[in-house]
Amino acid sequence: MRPLTLRRLLLQCTVLLLILFGVVIIAIKFGAVPVSLYALGRDMWGVLFHQRSGISTDYVLIIQNIRLPRILLGIIVGASLSVAGTSFQALLRNPLADPYVLGVSSGAGLGAILALIVEPHLNLSPMLAALLTPLGAFLGAAATITAVYFLGRREGQIDSTTLLLGGVITGSFISAIIMFLMSTLSGNLRGLSFWLMGELSTPLQKGVYWFLGIGFLVAAGAIYTTASDLNLLLAGEKEAMHLGVDVPRVRLVVYIAASFLTGLAVSVSGAIGYVGLIVPHVMRLMFGSDHRTLLPTAALGGAIAVVFADTLARTVVAPSELAVGAVTAVVGAPLFIYLLRKRLA
Amino acid sequence: MSASSSHARHLAEASRLANEIRLSVEQVSYAYSANPAQAPLFTLEATSFQARPGEIVAILGPNASGKSTLLKLISGALAPLSGRVLLSGFVIHSLTPRNRAQRIAVVQQESTLLFPARAWEFVLQGRHAHGRSLRFESEDDVLIAKNALAQVGAADLSDRWMDQVSGGEKQRVILARALAQQPLLLLLDEPTLHLDIAAQIGLLDSLRRLAAENRYTVVVVTHELNLAAEYADQVVLMQRGRCLRVGPPASIYQRELLEQVFQTPLTVEFGSSGRPRVNVSGTQ
Repeated sequence: MRPLTLRRLLLQCTVLLLILFGVVIIAIKFGAVPVSLYALGRDMWGVLFHQRSGISTDYVLIIQNIRLPRILLGIIVGASLSVAGTSFQALLRNPLADPYVLGVSSGAGLGAILALIVEPHLNLSPMLAALLTPLGAFLGAAATITAVYFLGRREGQIDSTTLLLGGVITGSFISAIIMFLMSTLSGNLRGLSFWLMGELSTPLQKGVYWFLGIGFLVAAGAIYTTASDLNLLLAGEKEAMHLGVDVPRVRLVVYIAASFLTGLAVSVSGAIGYVGLIVPHVMRLMFGSDHRTLLPTAALGGAIAVVFADTLARTVVAPSELAVGAVTAVVGAPLFIYLLRKRLA
Repeated sequence: MSASSSHARHLAEASRLANEIRLSVEQVSYAYSANPAQAPLFTLEATSFQARPGEIVAILGPNASGKSTLLKLISGALAPLSGRVLLSGFVIHSLTPRNRAQRIAVVQQESTLLFPARAWEFVLQGRHAHGRSLRFESEDDVLIAKNALAQVGAADLSDRWMDQVSGGEKQRVILARALAQQPLLLLLDEPTLHLDIAAQIGLLDSLRRLAAENRYTVVVVTHELNLAAEYADQVVLMQRGRCLRVGPPASIYQRELLEQVFQTPLTVEFGSSGRPRVNVSGTQ
């Protein structure tokens, strides 16, 4: 018997934090304009010991204004999508559940677009106006997961194949509506590939990062309080109840928080797919399926995956750029097929 | 107060505890209907029985007799239409799931797993209701889980994967998880359904021993006439949503009654142990 201890959990998280740090360094270095890490390090050393007043202006522009915000966004979006995927997998008892596959990301996108459309017609303060998009995305995500949940039920039981099919169909239906809206309306709606494939290139105001960071911590924290309940929910709702889980409460908390995380990510980065599928799967293979480890390691793993995927998206066809969702889909879709076939076998 | 009178008081207390009514099912009824405007599809008429610590009660009846519904009412999974179920004085269905799980352990027919788990992880799930939500398992929890595995003779299964053990081994690990809950009441729904005869006897022997050692009150739903006759202290005989009789097997096992309930010709013999044996003779 080797029950989980806090020490082992912290050790696993430290290893992943070091990997994340390495990926961030890579993401700073590579891009359309390569940055010399040696020169950057020397400058920072100088600043630290007051030998210089600041880092060279070329770096400041590129790193502080372009790459670092994008890395920060990648970390929050990746962690959010990965935690949302892990939660949906436990809640729906389906290891293939992912915000993108279930159509929840598309629903969040539609909600965000509708919020952007109505926003100019409401006389809101700039602060409230900025919050309207994530709110719309959250409502879109929550409505979609509710619809997909009922589509996936057969005779009162969730049927995992019907659920996935319902999600994929709902997703393509909502994508069609998004395309329709994009082609009939113009204005400040960002590009089509943003909503359908996901991008991290949109610059955001400084306050938005705070909102994203705090929103992530609150929602992921709420999900983490149910971590050991989720372990038991995997055995089925009836069994979980007999083992002492307040099933309706846990379901409500996780359902709202996971929809919120999806909405949060989609409102700033569009629909980046398969992160919530690939990352929890890899983390389960590495650290086991106990949600007390899985949730924090999946959050860190999601951050690593998205920052790395975005670095690839920026560099493989430089000076042009890929949508980061294209990179995650190239890895994620084959893995999805593989896992699906393994389950059906 | 002298030492001897205090000692006598303890003895009286102990004997009162041993004879207390732990489980009291009082005029419990239930009705299930898909549509509230229509007549119910299934009803369970008012049923009562009582059980003490260490006792094994078998709820016996053919299919669709209401056995599983009665068990769900006792476990608190369903709220009764009328009447109540008391466990040591508490109304069961008004306890929180957590408080219920500290007192009642339920062993289901099937337990599915989505991701692989080792037997010890599975047994530790039984400790969930005893800890706070974010707590890591304590040494006590590990000790209790180890003990539970040992009590069902499954200590050597501890590190095996749950999807790689046999049906009988799996049933023992599931029972160990129930023991790890340290319950007052142990409920089992057709526990012998998927087991071969040796595993059935093994499971029921260990149930009888555990009920005596740990003073559990055990309620088993079964349609196996002879297993109920051999192992139960009390039998609750059910037919089409009605409780026909409650009593020790010797008083329930009458040929005409059982033939009528199970709709098949049979004979009842009494062995040297005083326990009845049923032979189903089939249609002549």
